[in-house]
Amino acid sequence: MSEHHQDVPIAVRVRQLEERVTGAGLVTDADLDGVLSRLYADASPVNGARMVARAWADPAYRQRLLADGNAAAAEFGFGGADGLSYRLAVVANEPGLHNLIVCTLCSCYPVSLLGPSPSWYKSLAYRSRAVREPATVLSEFGLTLPEGTQIAVWDASAESRYMVLPLRPAGTGHLSEVGLAALVTRNGLIGTASV
Amino acid sequence: MSRVHDVGGQSGFGPVPLDDDGLPFHADWQARVYALSGALRSRGHFNTDEFRDAIESLPVQQYLSQSYYERWLAAMENLLTAKGLI
Repeated sequence: MSEHHQDVPIAVRVRQLEERVTGAGLVTDADLDGVLSRLYADASPVNGARMVARAWADPAYRQRLLADGNAAAAEFGFGGADGLSYRLAVVANEPGLHNLIVCTLCSCYPVSLLGPSPSWYKSLAYRSRAVREPATVLSEFGLTLPEGTQIAVWDASAESRYMVLPLRPAGTGHLSEVGLAALVTRNGLIGTASV
Repeated sequence: MSRVHDVGGQSGFGPVPLDDDGLPFHADWQARVYALSGALRSRGHFNTDEFRDAIESLPVQQYLSQSYYERWLAAMENLLTAKGLI
């Protein structure tokens, strides 16, 4: 811990660590650039939204999505040739049942399908309260569920991550899959919005 | 015995901070920390479980007072030092 100076400005500490790690040959600058390039290029809530839209439009895909999220993501090529690096479980909202995702222990999240996670998802407040008072948390997001709706809270782990399949909004029968995908928000995929 | 990270159901952390602007990082150093953790993992210098353990082993006061990517930074410093890699 000799180099661990809490009083050194954090950006300097990061630079020092980077220099030591590249200097020791543990990673290259290209490795570091690649991580960020892949995040910006490949990780987006548009990916999850496309899966939701297809599930709304195609009942057979919906069945496959709920049975095996990884295979359903692979149909779009998400996660690359190796597929997603975690088990994906997709949980479907139904009339009277609303799903909500949290990671109480840290911040596990299907980044490739939902994009980089929002700051609040990683907050101690969300992590601690989503499992204890989900209806109150949802109300802080402006989401009030119909009376009597049951809320299922799914606690993600490093190996197993969740995505919500929201209910298809009424009056969208005329929309194409692309039009449907445009309705789906990141918060809808987490469960802190209805869609 | 649960450790500090096991916050599910606990009280006292206040309202959910809903000031999210959708950006993945709010400083260059945060992106660099993210890149370091991803590259070190993909090169096999530590795995996700080891990294999480290093985060969750931080002293309680440090865990609770530091920001998300500060915890990642401290965890990497500790983990790489413990493994004798840096």
